[in-house]
Amino acid sequence: MDAIDLARWQFGITTVYHFLFVPITIGLSALVAGLHTAWYRTGKAKYRQLTQFWGKLFLINFAMGVVTGIVQEFQFGMNWSAYSKFVGDIFGAPLAIEGLLAFFLESTFLGLWIFGWDRLPKKVHLASIWLVAIGTQLSAFFILAANSWMQWPVGYTYDRASGRAELQDFAAVLTNKVALATFPHTIAACFLTGGAFMLGIALWHVLRGGPERKDLFRPAVKLGAVTVLVASVAVFVTGDIQGKIMTETQPMKMAAAEALYETSEPAGFSLLTIGSLDGQREVWSVTVPHGLSFLATGSWNGKVEGINDLQAAYEQRFGPGSYKPNIPVTYWTFRLMILFGALSALIAVAALWYIRRPGRSPSKWLVRSAIALPVLPLAANSFGWIFTEMGRQPWIVFGLMETRDGVSPTVGAGSVLTSLITFTVLYGVLAVVEVLLLLRFARTAPARPEPETEDSGEPDAAFLY
Amino acid sequence: MELTDIWFLLIAVLWTGYLVLEGFDFGVGMLLPAVAKDPVDRQVTLRTIGPVWDGNEVWLLVAGGATFAAFPIWYASLFSGFYLALLLILVALIVRGLALEYRNKLQDAAWHRRWDLAIVIGSAAPALLWGVALADIVRGVPLNANHDFTGNFFTLLHPYALLGGLTTLVLFALHGAIFLALKTHGDVRDRARVLVLPLGGATVLLAAAFLTWTQVHDGSWITWTLALLAAVCLLGGILASRAGRDGLGFLGTSATIVLAAATLFVTLYPNVLPSTTDPAFSLTTENAASTPYTLKIMTWVAVIFTPIVLAYQGYTYWVFRRRLTRDDIAQVKVA
Repeated sequence: MDAIDLARWQFGITTVYHFLFVPITIGLSALVAGLHTAWYRTGKAKYRQLTQFWGKLFLINFAMGVVTGIVQEFQFGMNWSAYSKFVGDIFGAPLAIEGLLAFFLESTFLGLWIFGWDRLPKKVHLASIWLVAIGTQLSAFFILAANSWMQWPVGYTYDRASGRAELQDFAAVLTNKVALATFPHTIAACFLTGGAFMLGIALWHVLRGGPERKDLFRPAVKLGAVTVLVASVAVFVTGDIQGKIMTETQPMKMAAAEALYETSEPAGFSLLTIGSLDGQREVWSVTVPHGLSFLATGSWNGKVEGINDLQAAYEQRFGPGSYKPNIPVTYWTFRLMILFGALSALIAVAALWYIRRPGRSPSKWLVRSAIALPVLPLAANSFGWIFTEMGRQPWIVFGLMETRDGVSPTVGAGSVLTSLITFTVLYGVLAVVEVLLLLRFARTAPARPEPETEDSGEPDAAFLY
Repeated sequence: MELTDIWFLLIAVLWTGYLVLEGFDFGVGMLLPAVAKDPVDRQVTLRTIGPVWDGNEVWLLVAGGATFAAFPIWYASLFSGFYLALLLILVALIVRGLALEYRNKLQDAAWHRRWDLAIVIGSAAPALLWGVALADIVRGVPLNANHDFTGNFFTLLHPYALLGGLTTLVLFALHGAIFLALKTHGDVRDRARVLVLPLGGATVLLAAAFLTWTQVHDGSWITWTLALLAAVCLLGGILASRAGRDGLGFLGTSATIVLAAATLFVTLYPNVLPSTTDPAFSLTTENAASTPYTLKIMTWVAVIFTPIVLAYQGYTYWVFRRRLTRDDIAQVKVA
């Protein structure tokens, strides 16, 4: 493999890995802040126990999200220096602002929250975790604005003399319609993830624990399940809007999502296809008639452009070459994203149904679902992310720069291979450590607070160094 | 003053802030085995940086992001050119960050031992490599007409750069020792104070050699003055620490880092990355910069938000201003 393929694999691996932790962090920080608020308001010990229990799991995740995030920022310069030069005038600003507005807020107030249990006034301590939660969302907004610019560049001019894209209108970059659609969809997915994480673990305790644990974790089951359900409706609605904007801005990505080769009016949505996906042989498929038309255009009979027509149109516009992304990857990741998201919502319904009638003994399927639940949205997020990025190919910046032109010109394949192997091995080892820690803490029910320490606000050892 | 100059200054300030702040937490990490001989003392030592190290590291992220936004060509050439060095730094920062967060999550001696080792190496490696990188930036690297780096990893490891690396390594260790003396009571403080003299001596020798070499190569009266002031602050910091004036000592090493960094950045200006291939290929504040429009927006954002960040980071240091003792660790109940 040459440097370009290695650099792409490295970006894919490090980004998907980073994005396993980020949605948990975003969703869970707000939920922990909610539990902390419940404790602040009611003074009930069980809310403090829950805050600390989820707080610990949140911190284990947060750490991984932070350290893998540094790689993301450095990687643009290391592997993609031609890209960085080309778009730095535009792309660097949201990145720098993300650091100044969001990362400082998150890291500083998280330090205050962790170590401030017995130092800070209760209100300030509560505000700290809320500021962390706000910081994570601000961070998501700026990075998605930067990414959306790569999907649909706005507010710039191409300067022939300098050979780069130059910023004309920063407000346009921040209010890019792709960003405005992507941000709520991503945040909703993050809440789905955080909610499922909470629901799965809490449900397991309720199903498997004694009466005391049942009592303690019941509110977390409710909070998690309601979060998942509300978030999944939000994911669905925002995903629908995003699909329509995608059809406007990147019709090829929409066509690739369906492996729709011929322009159709109306176009169906295939739930699954057995065949080669190259438009030649379709062995068997299950199709929802008019489905894609509605998803793409909002009308049941809307016209959806096919890959072949778009390819011809792009050749006219950009010159000869292939403008098709990898169709099997886009087709399947799009479906798997939806499948895993929907499964999470179904399990949440089952959990709520169970918790309303607690006398019933749980089916073994519900127990298994509880264990699988935290993982399902992670799969959905990863597939969604891969779909978004692979669907943009061959462009690194849609219509402006191809991915192969963005790579660092003087970084050899050997260097990229070294770092690819290093990160893959390191991330693999760390994943094992992370999962072991998470399982260990998730399984351990919090100790009952002793009466005399109940109100002291003192943390337990695992919170501190 | 041009916007490009203002941004050169701001980026110098961000990198300097990073070196001052993470400098001491690198130092604390490196000195962990030297100042803490039992589990409780190790916790005392790490707790001194616990609430702040992550916020300190964000200075790096913001410095990197600001370099990308204000001088994209500099960012691109620097980060692709220093590829393997940055890879090592990234690995060190990842492992160290997780070590700090994870070491106390389990009460197990072997678990602690492994993460402690990661903290020591993960703190020492970047402390060394940032010095190497800074020296390379000041001295310049082979860049072609397209401003792309044409050397390899070993191009970066010449004697001047290695001296720069050793200088930051011992300087940060000293900075960390004085910080520990300021933030603790008891055995940790005593051991940290004992370390100040040998570390201080080594820093004086290495820093004097490194800054003099920098000056002889391309010094001006301004940089000579800055370098001399750095030397005065360094000696003052060591003496103050010896006299038991911990706060003054810490101010001394902080000022040393600020002035040494200022010496390097002033020496560098108006270049941001000189080319040793041909001076015409050098990156400067002019040819590496973003457009005035981008710089203007960034300036507004920086002017509004930097004071807010400084205020709440300052608040954190205020909240956790108290010296730590073994009793603080004992108070926390073990779950």
